[in-house]
Amino acid sequence: MELLAFGKTGWGDELFYATLMTIAVSITAMLVGFCFALIFTPLKLSKYKTLNLVGNFYTTVIRGVPELLVIYLFFFGGSGAIMYVASIFGYYEYIEINAFITGSMAIGIISGAYSTEVFRGAIQSIDKGQFEAAKVLGINKFAQFYKIILPQMLRLAIPNLSNVWQITLKDTSLISVTGLVEIMRQSYIAAGSTRDPLYFYSFAAVLYLLLTYVSMKLINKLEVRYSRGY
Amino acid sequence: MVTSFPKLLGATVVTLKLLSASLFFGLFLGLFFAILRLNKNIFINKFAYGYSYIFRGTPLLVQIFIIYFGLGQIEYLRTTFLWVILKEPYWCAIIAFTLNTGAYTSEILRSAFQTIKPGIIEAGKSLGISNKIIFYKIQIPIAIRQSLPAYGNEIILMMKGTSLASTVTLMDLTGVAKYIISTTFKPIEVFIVAGGIYLFMTFIIHNVIKYLEKKYSFQ
Repeated sequence: MELLAFGKTGWGDELFYATLMTIAVSITAMLVGFCFALIFTPLKLSKYKTLNLVGNFYTTVIRGVPELLVIYLFFFGGSGAIMYVASIFGYYEYIEINAFITGSMAIGIISGAYSTEVFRGAIQSIDKGQFEAAKVLGINKFAQFYKIILPQMLRLAIPNLSNVWQITLKDTSLISVTGLVEIMRQSYIAAGSTRDPLYFYSFAAVLYLLLTYVSMKLINKLEVRYSRGY
Repeated sequence: MVTSFPKLLGATVVTLKLLSASLFFGLFLGLFFAILRLNKNIFINKFAYGYSYIFRGTPLLVQIFIIYFGLGQIEYLRTTFLWVILKEPYWCAIIAFTLNTGAYTSEILRSAFQTIKPGIIEAGKSLGISNKIIFYKIQIPIAIRQSLPAYGNEIILMMKGTSLASTVTLMDLTGVAKYIISTTFKPIEVFIVAGGIYLFMTFIIHNVIKYLEKKYSFQ
C-alpha cells in the first residue's frame, strides 16, 4: 500500500495525475471525433455517390485498420507532415508536436469513425414523416436539424455513443507508446523503477474499471434524461 | 514500398496465427462462460458476469502487460511447468487475447441464447426430447446463427487487437510495420501497405460472415 502513497515516497499522486490525463485525452478525443462525425455523417447520408464514397472510405479504413497502426502513423508521420506544410510557407525549423495533441488527434479520428456510424444509424431510424412534416411547416434546414432531428436522434444515439466512449477510453491506453504520461505509461514507469509490474498493472486495470464503471453510471443518467416522454 | 511488402506479408502469417489460435480457444471459453451466465445459481452467475465485466472494462494492453510482465514476477510460477508457456511472449499474447475474446464471445452467446423463443424449447420438451439434446441440437445451432453478425464484428475487433502483440516484442504485422517506419522514416508508405493488408483481411472476414449468414438464415 505504501507504494501508492501520495508525495515523494509513493506513486499515488503520479497515478492520480495520470488518471486525469487519461480522462482529458479521452474527452478531447471524443470531441475531435464528434467534429469528424459532423463532417462525415452528412457525406454518408448525401444523395451524391461521390460524397458517399468519401464518407464510406473514411469509416471503412479507420474501422478496418488497427488503432496502434493509426497511432504510429501519427506519431512518426505527424511532425513530418506539419513540417512539410510549414516548408511551403517558408518555415524550415524543426517542429515537434505535443504528444497530447498527436494522441488525441489519432484517437479522435478513430472514435470519429465509430461516432459517424452511430449518428448515421440514429438519423436513418428517425421516421421519414418528421422530415416531411418539418418541410411542410416551412421550417428551414438549420432549424429542422437542430430543433427537430437532433433531439430525437440523441435519444437513439446515446446508448451506442456510450459504447464509443468505452472504446475511446480503452484506446487511450495505446497512446502510452508515444510517451504521453497517462495511466498505462505511468504504470510502466512505476513498474520499471520498483520492479513490481504485477502490482502496478493490476492497479492500472482497477483504475480503468473504475473509469468505465463511473462513466457508465453517468451515461445511464443521461439516457434516462433524454428518453423522458417515451 | 515494394521492398517492404514481402516483409510485411511474412509478418501477416504471425498475425493470422495469433488470431486463429485466440479465436479457437476463445470460442470454447466464451461458450463455457455463456453457459455459466445462464446458470440459476447466483454465485456461478456472478462469477461469469465478473469475468466478462473485468475483461471488457479494461484495455487489452493492460491485460497483455499483466500476463507478460506481471505473472513472471510470481516466484512460485517460475518453478511450475506453466513457466515454459509464460516465458514466451507468443503464448502470453495468445492467453491474453483468448481471455479477452472469451469475455466478449460469452456476452454475444448469452444474448443469443436469451433471444431464443421459449416456445422452441417447449416444443422440444413436449416432443419428449431430453434436455441435453434440446441444448446441443436445438439451442446451440440457433444461438450460433443468432450470434453470427455480432461474432463477425468480434473477429474483426480481435484481428485489430492482435496488433498489440507488437508491444510484447512479437513481430507481427504492426510490429514489423513499426520497425520499418522507424528505420526508413517513411510512415505513410508503410501505413498504406500494412493498412491495406489489414483491410484486405477485414474484407475477407466480412464477406465470409455475410456468406455464412445467408447460408444459415431461416428463410
